[in-house]
This record gives sequence, structure tokens and C-alpha cells, in this order.
Amino acid sequence: MVKNVFGRIYIGLIMLFLYAPIVVLIVLSFNNSKSRAKWGGFTLKWYSELFDNSIVMDALWTTLTLAILSAVIATVLGLLGAIGIDAMKKRNYQIMLGATNIPMLNADIVTGIALMLFMVRFLPLGFSTMLIAHITFNIPYVIFSILPKLQQIDVSVYEAARDLGANSVKAFWKVIIPIIKPGITSGFLLAVTMSLDDFIITYFTRGAGVNTLSTVIYGEIRRGIKPEMYSLSTILFLMVLIVLVMSNRASKKQVK
Amino acid sequence: MKRMSRKHLATPYVFWIICFTILPLIYIAWYAVSDGDGGYTVENILAIFEPVHWKAFVLSIELALICTVVCLLLAYPVVLILRRLKIKKKGTIVAVLILPMWMNFILRVYAWQVLLSDNGIINSFLGMLGLPSINIINTPAAIVFGMVYDFLPFMILPIYNSLMEIPNDIIEAAKDLGADGFTIFRKIIWKLTLPGVISGITMVFVPAMTSFVFSDILGGGKIQLIGNVIEQEFTTSMNWQLGSGLSIALMTIILLIMALLQKSNQQTKGNNMIW
Amino acid sequence: MSDNLLELRGISKAFDGKTILQELDLNIKSNEFVTLLGPSGCGKTTTLRIVGGFEKPDTGSVIFNGEDITALAPEKRHINTVFQKYALFPHMNVEENIAFGLKIKKKSKEYIKDKIKYALKLVDLDGFEKRKPNSLSGGQQQRIAIARAIVNEPEILLLDEPLGALDLKLRQDMQSELIRLKNELGITFIYVTHDQEEALTMSDKIVVMHRGLVQQIGTPKDIYDEPCNAFVADFIGDSNLLKGKMLDDRLVEFLGERVICVDEGFGKNEPVDIVIRPEDVEINEVGKGIVNGVVKNILYKGANYEMTVEAGGFDWLIHNTVAYPVGSMVSLYVKPFNIQIMKQMDESEMILDEDMENETYE
Repeated sequence: MVKNVFGRIYIGLIMLFLYAPIVVLIVLSFNNSKSRAKWGGFTLKWYSELFDNSIVMDALWTTLTLAILSAVIATVLGLLGAIGIDAMKKRNYQIMLGATNIPMLNADIVTGIALMLFMVRFLPLGFSTMLIAHITFNIPYVIFSILPKLQQIDVSVYEAARDLGANSVKAFWKVIIPIIKPGITSGFLLAVTMSLDDFIITYFTRGAGVNTLSTVIYGEIRRGIKPEMYSLSTILFLMVLIVLVMSNRASKKQVK
Repeated sequence: MKRMSRKHLATPYVFWIICFTILPLIYIAWYAVSDGDGGYTVENILAIFEPVHWKAFVLSIELALICTVVCLLLAYPVVLILRRLKIKKKGTIVAVLILPMWMNFILRVYAWQVLLSDNGIINSFLGMLGLPSINIINTPAAIVFGMVYDFLPFMILPIYNSLMEIPNDIIEAAKDLGADGFTIFRKIIWKLTLPGVISGITMVFVPAMTSFVFSDILGGGKIQLIGNVIEQEFTTSMNWQLGSGLSIALMTIILLIMALLQKSNQQTKGNNMIW
Repeated sequence: MSDNLLELRGISKAFDGKTILQELDLNIKSNEFVTLLGPSGCGKTTTLRIVGGFEKPDTGSVIFNGEDITALAPEKRHINTVFQKYALFPHMNVEENIAFGLKIKKKSKEYIKDKIKYALKLVDLDGFEKRKPNSLSGGQQQRIAIARAIVNEPEILLLDEPLGALDLKLRQDMQSELIRLKNELGITFIYVTHDQEEALTMSDKIVVMHRGLVQQIGTPKDIYDEPCNAFVADFIGDSNLLKGKMLDDRLVEFLGERVICVDEGFGKNEPVDIVIRPEDVEINEVGKGIVNGVVKNILYKGANYEMTVEAGGFDWLIHNTVAYPVGSMVSLYVKPFNIQIMKQMDESEMILDEDMENETYE
């Protein structure tokens, strides 16, 4: 099929577009020259120097803690929220959905500034304000991952569990949670991803001296980004890639 | 379970929304109308119409519109091809589109600077092929380029979801009733994917309209978008009232645009979430 | 030229190396109600999709009005389909759904309006013009799907298990509705179902299919009274299926008894399959039948009793209006013309392939 060949080429070009910058960054992480325009030979020195760079390591630590912590809290709040919203009557349900949509639809810059203006009244800007901000924009992703799964559940599944002798908590824990588990997992992973990738909201809610990778890099742009950043990003990216490929393989084997 | 007790599970979340979504918005609105000396004024909101701000605002709208249209034009064929190739592993497609986000966002945009700069990788490559070089770095075109790059997945995913929901027999029924490929697209596929398209447009237009990162990195710092203006009010000028006023104005206008968009598509309700 | 409206000649089709249809031949005349009947995976839906143009056969040809349309796209055929799950366009109301095909054919506004009115009246849903499909019940959606197809005046209407999703009462109503429609429209219906009762009720002609092969083609009465092999006998209605041996013309042996029958032309001592319908087994006093036995089980079925009688080492299924208590001794008798004798079928062919379900849906 000629059409299919063109189709594949087109998809290939889009993939190239999406992944070109990533390839560039990976290549730069092995570049011996500090200039980003010239290839100065292959080196691993940015990888070894990475661990001595306290600014980068601190930022990495903050970024990861922020991502995991905000995703965990958002998942718990979001799971409870989704279950509650699912049980609501039409009017409240619509109101809650609308409110949940606000952080997703509102401009990041407005969300960031609004949170900053509000929180600065009673909290010093720093890790805690960043954490609250990240939880706030993560929850909608969790809720919108879980809610559709809850709505797909046949009520009789829960009733069957009760019929077979499970009390309400047990029926919920043993039946409903396993069914919506894919939604919980994807909500959590999305939350981690969004937290890691965020710049604008973090930028407005952070305090002096507390940095994530994004804010460090943003600050370095004018002066030139330290090559250690490339190697760090490469490591993070490849780790996620490997995990993804492996989980994909595992799920394929399960199917077989 | 009893519906009563289940509803209450949402209480912590309701509390969270009130504290960290609703109250901050009330706060920023309050800042926007206060003059800093205890009085109230609408000047900070109307400041959007001052020539300096208005120019940045109009340019932002222009670039965001171009970015949205380009994303739509690039994304729709992708989705159609994915359906034609019968690629149904949604997980894989989502993963491939989300995976780049694990490379830091600022770095990825910065990489485009490396690629697009006048003596950058793309131009060296074009030079090797004997083709003329492209000089778009530090122009609005480069800003749009970066935005399209970053937001394209958010256009693809919702359209992909809505297209994959169309059962095959609907399309066969249209064929059966005499519709050719183009008619099927126009009357069935396009109409049924409209909720996805609108959700995609929202996901792309709003951040494209308000971000200040692309203009900073790819625009060479000389091109001012409304995002840059607001950011500077908070970081360099330290005029929080003005910054809040402009934010509220921006938010209002975006809401109006979105409302119009939704209204143009009253019929197609339903779930247009991307996840 | 033959008087066949549609001819399928030597159609074969395989998906992923799995044969679905083997050398299928089928002729359909104008104005017939033809039912393709068979278990899941027998190839009936694939046959319908080949006629509709949604699948291309690997070999063979589809002849419509004497013209080869094998390669013709579905939108160019004078054939319309009523889909299993209705396939109404969810974003259009009833009127727009019905008008879809006519608008493509660029019919005038008045024509379309008249047609919609006529079609809705025909399916007994006048006044539903502005309703959206999702506000209709299953039966109503089904009728709209039919209306949407017939306004295009197809010469053949294809119906793919159209009543499968409806409940029993509605299904029965729709059956008579469909027969009425077919008579009023005077067009050919090709109907796919796995429900033998539905097939017997509605069809002029039944095509029994199994494993991609046509087993038997005939009127409902032919198929029921004279099944050509054990598969057909077993699939259509209840039956007692016995193994036997043809001793001579009009003389068959089964369960160790020699019995007079009416069939001729088998080889001497040829092994055969024998079908006896439950309502054809008569119950007599002990000694006054072919075999003696004992009543093992009895169920009241309203119109009659359903009994199981063990006789000659075989459990007979019997429908009778008189009840015999469990444990009573009886003798079974079958009139010679009620004994159906068929060439023996390979045992393995009898097993229904349940795993081949949904043969065409990926």
C-alpha cells in the first residue's frame, strides 16, 4: 500500500521532530568542548564531574523529592476525591469537575502567580510552597485518570463482593481498587512527569536558594548551561526509557 | 456502599481546591483591583490596553494562533495514519509522546536553540547538502517552532482518543450509504473528533499564549510576549498589582475565547479529557 | 443470463491463514428472504460483508445483476446494510441519519423529506425526526437503522444479526415487522443469524453454513424435515441422532433393530446417520413399537411434555401431549417417513468451533 508507506514516513518525520532535541542533548553530554556549537571529541568527564557539582545535585534532589512527594500526596487526595466525586449527584458532580479543570485549563503563569500571592501571606516561599503548588496542579491528572475507570465499573461487581460476604471496606479494597489500579498507576506516573517537567509554576512559587533542575537551567541560559546538566538529563532520560521498554516487554510476555 | 459516606471521601480534596485553587484566584483578583495604598482601581486591569502591553498581547495571540493551527495540521494526519495502520496500543503511543517530558523542558527548548541557530546543526546540515541556510533564531518564527514542538503531543493525544472511539461499523455504514472517503471525513470523522480537536486546541492555545520561556530562549530576549511582560512585573519591576491586573485581563480574555470555542460546538458534548 | 439477482461463485477467504470460507457458491433470486444460518465462526458474517463490499474475497467472484462487482467499493453498490450494533451516526439526529445516503446522492430537499416521512411511517416511528440516536431504545435504533438503509432503495438489504441485541419479546415483534417490510418493499433480504428459530420463522430460503462450507440450502420446511446431514439436523431444532446401517433399499438397522424406512439409493450395508425429530416418536404399549424402554425424566413444557426415554441403550428425546410417569415401561415407534437417513458425517466435523467467534472483528 503506497498510502501506508507515506504514512510511515510522515510518522517517522514527526518522531524525528519530537526526538531531535533529545538526541542533541545526549550528544552534547559526551562533547569534550564546552562550547555547544563545536564537537570537541568524545568524553565522559561531564558524567564524572556531575556528582561533584553540589548545585546540580541539590537541584536534582529537590526535583526528585518534589516530584515523588507531590505525586504521592496528589494520588491519595485524588483517589479519595475521584471516589467521592463519582458518588455525587449531578449538580455537585459538575461543580467538582469544573473546579478540577481549573488548574488544567488556566494558564500556568496565572496559577503560579496566584498561588504565590496567596501562600506568601502565611508561608515563607520555599520547598513547602513548591510542594503545595505541585500537588495542586497534579491532582487533576490523577482524578481524570481514575474517574473514567470508576465510571466503567459495573455496580454489580461491588454488590457481588458484598453478596459473597465482604464488608464495604473490604469489597472496596479487594474489588474496586484492583479494577481501577491502572488508572491510579497512570495518574501517579503522569503526576510525577508533570511535576518533573514543570517550570513556570515552580519558578513563581520557589524561594531563594531552593532550586529545581528547571530553575537552575533557566538561570544558566544567559551564562551558558553547564554540560553536567546534559549528562544528568541523559541519565534520567535513559533510565526512564529502560524502565518503559522493560515494562512493555513484561506486559507483552504476560499477554503471551 | 452507602452513597452518603462515599461522597465524604472527597472532603479533603474539596478543602484543597478551596484553599489552593479558589482562594488564590480570589487573591490575585483582589491584588488586581487594589492600588497598593489601600484603595481600589481598575487601572491595572485596563493596563492591558496600554500600547506596550497591547503590542505584546496581540503578538502573543498571533503566535499562539499560528502555533495552534500548525499543531492541528500536523497532528490530525498523525492520528489518521495511526488509525489506518491499526496501531491500537494506546499505552505505547502515549508513552512515546510523553517520554520527551522526562528530558528537562527548558533543556529541550534550549536544544532547539542549538539546532536552529545561524551556525547551528540544521544549518551545517543544509550547508553540506548545498541548500540555503535558514535564519530564524531570535525571530517570532523560532518561538512558534519551539511551541509547536513542545505542545504537539497535547494536540495529538485528545484527537487520537476521540478518533479511536469511533467504531468501525459507523464508518462502514457511511460507506454503505454511498459516502466516499472525503465525505466520510467531513461528515463523520471530523464531526466526531471535534470534542478532541477542541480539547487539543485548549491544551495548546492557552500555554502557547501565556508562556514566557520560548520567547526568552528562542526569541533572543528581544521579543516581548504578554507572558514576558507579566513575569517581569513580578521579578524585575516588582509591581505586583500591575502584574496581577494583567494576569486577570489575560485570564478573562482567554476564558472568553474558550467560551466562544465551546459555543461554536454546542452539540458535541461528552468527555474530551485527554487522559 | 440467469434469473439470479446475486451469485457468489467459488468464494474463498482466509484471515491470518485461518480459512473462513471455502469455495462458497450461492445463488439468490430477486425478492427472496434468504437467511445465512450457522454457529459462530461459520463464515456467515464474512459472506455478508463480501456481498456488502467490506471484504474482498481471496478467490471467486460476486455477480450482481449479471455484472461482476467483486472489486466494487461498498459505496458504489446498490446494496445496503443494517449493522449488528445499528451503527447510527451519534452526532446526527434521526432525520439526518436517514437523509445521509440521499444527500450524498444529491436528491432534492422535497424528495428527501418525503422519503424520511415514508420510511419513518414504514418502521412505525413517525414523529421521531429530531431525536438523537442515544435517546432511543435498542428496538427503535434498530428500526431507524433499517429506515436509513431502505430509503436508498437498495435491491438487496443485508441484515447482520439485527435482532441479536434485543430481548425476546421485541425480537419476535421485529421478526414479523421485518417480514411485513420485506413484502411491502419487494426487495431481497439477506439475513444473518445464529438463531435457528428466527431463520425458520422468517426465511424463504435458508443457507445452513458450518466451517466455511454450505451444508444445505432449502426452504425452512426442507431443512427441518429433510436435513441433509447430522450437523444440520443437530443445529436445526431438537433431534434424536442415531448411527445405523442401511441393509437394503427401504430397510435400515439401528440399535440392533431392523426398521422399515422410505429412503433408497444407499450402498448395501453403508453406515448412515439417522435423524428422528422428538415429536415424531410415538409412545405405545410395551412390545408394540420398535424398541422397548423406560421413562427416565419428564418435563412439562406447556404445549406438550418433554420426556427422556432410555431404549435400546439410547436416550430418546420425545415430545408428547400425554404424560407417562417416570419409571413406566413403554415402547417407541416411528413411522417410516419420519425416519431421516443421511450419509454419515465425520465425527470431528460435528464439533462446533466456539473459539472462532466474531470471525471478522479482528
